[in-house]
Amino acid sequence: MTLPLSFDSAPAVDEVFTVSDVTAEVGRAIQRTAQNIWVRAEISEYKVYGSGHHYFTLRDARSQMRCILWRNDAQRLRVTPAAGMEVFVLGRASYWEEKGEFRFTVTTLLPTTDLGAAHMELERVRAVLKADGLLDPDRKRPLPRYPAVIAVVTSTDGAALRDIITVTRRRWPATRLLVIGARVQGEGAPAAIAAALRLVNRLPDVDLCIVGRGGGARDDLAGFNAETVCRALAAVKVPTISAVGHETDISLSDLVADHRAATPSAAAETAVPDRREVMRAVQEWAVRLSHGLTRRTRLADERMARFGDRSRVALEQLLQRRRHHLERLAAQLDALSPLKVLERGFAVAQDSEGRVLRRRTDFPPGRAFRLRVSDGEVHARSEEEG
Amino acid sequence: MTRRKAVAEPSLADDLARLEALVRRLEQDDVELDEALALFEEGVKHLRAARERLTSAEARIQQVLEDANGDLKISDFSA
Repeated sequence: MTLPLSFDSAPAVDEVFTVSDVTAEVGRAIQRTAQNIWVRAEISEYKVYGSGHHYFTLRDARSQMRCILWRNDAQRLRVTPAAGMEVFVLGRASYWEEKGEFRFTVTTLLPTTDLGAAHMELERVRAVLKADGLLDPDRKRPLPRYPAVIAVVTSTDGAALRDIITVTRRRWPATRLLVIGARVQGEGAPAAIAAALRLVNRLPDVDLCIVGRGGGARDDLAGFNAETVCRALAAVKVPTISAVGHETDISLSDLVADHRAATPSAAAETAVPDRREVMRAVQEWAVRLSHGLTRRTRLADERMARFGDRSRVALEQLLQRRRHHLERLAAQLDALSPLKVLERGFAVAQDSEGRVLRRRTDFPPGRAFRLRVSDGEVHARSEEEG
Repeated sequence: MTRRKAVAEPSLADDLARLEALVRRLEQDDVELDEALALFEEGVKHLRAARERLTSAEARIQQVLEDANGDLKISDFSA
């Protein structure tokens, strides 16, 4: 149905609507907007009816709206609302058709003093991050097994950095920590953390990024809930670990990062493997490497076992064998050279042009030829067959 | 800055990954002696490099600072 914009003095019968038609249409339009939203306002009138339903008005400097809080929702209130109170309300736009009036149906009401703007902001940021898909589990990237370069975004004089350095030194010396200092609490902290995170993308060869801080009051950790920090974290090109506060603290950066660590120390433990474990793995590879070769070269295992550095000894033995083999081959080659053959008493017959004479037919009676012996030539002539 | 060098040097991760690949190849049945030798030789090289890094390396802590021109400076960090 479409409502005509204006009526002529004599409307056509089929263009006339009933009141119910109009209120129903307006009601549908209203209910398509402003559903489940938080509103911040001041209460101007507040009445509790005998039915248990609460009727009140919310206003700001310019406008006001009538609100209703049904009995069931009203029973869950932890405060007694009153005129003049600053509140956050969660609710939806609705329409009271019988009266042709717009109402805001409230389901939750919280005094701002109770909750603080910080919490509201937290819920808002969580909602927008979720809407943009930044909290999707599918986004999570696996962490590198052996990170060589780790960017650490935190305060340069905080306990978090000390803990991360200590744990990394103990577990995994084959790494480089690139510390990007950022103010982690107070005014300006979100901007500083976000800027530091953006800087990570400009550093070459970084394998992993840890962002976080040590424990503190709830307000001190708030920077890690900032939208700007979460978006910068999501934009970091390498896998990320967020570690904010203690075990029980969860911040939005924890939800955006690829991995959440309970504390900065735990972040470092997650980031780098234990060198002793890796050393054991390396030993395992060494054994398999030498076994792999011995299978091929048929060198006896027990022979290898006698030596400390099995792999090196095995290689040298093998090369030694090869060398002997080559020397034997070289000696054989030498023996096959013509001069060596002559030394053993053989001689080569050649004609005047140097062609080798090999068969009986090469020696007709009376033919002159040369004999090459080990120390020179001998002139000779073939005789008639006797 | 030592950027270039850092890029060119194989990392421990490279050494371990290569070592793993070499061993797996060496353990296959169709490897000729010459190839086996070459695999082994390369494996020993990576083994040594990996051990070296694991035993002698000292974690390096550096600080990144952005100067007024927006250039990044990396220097050793003393906690």
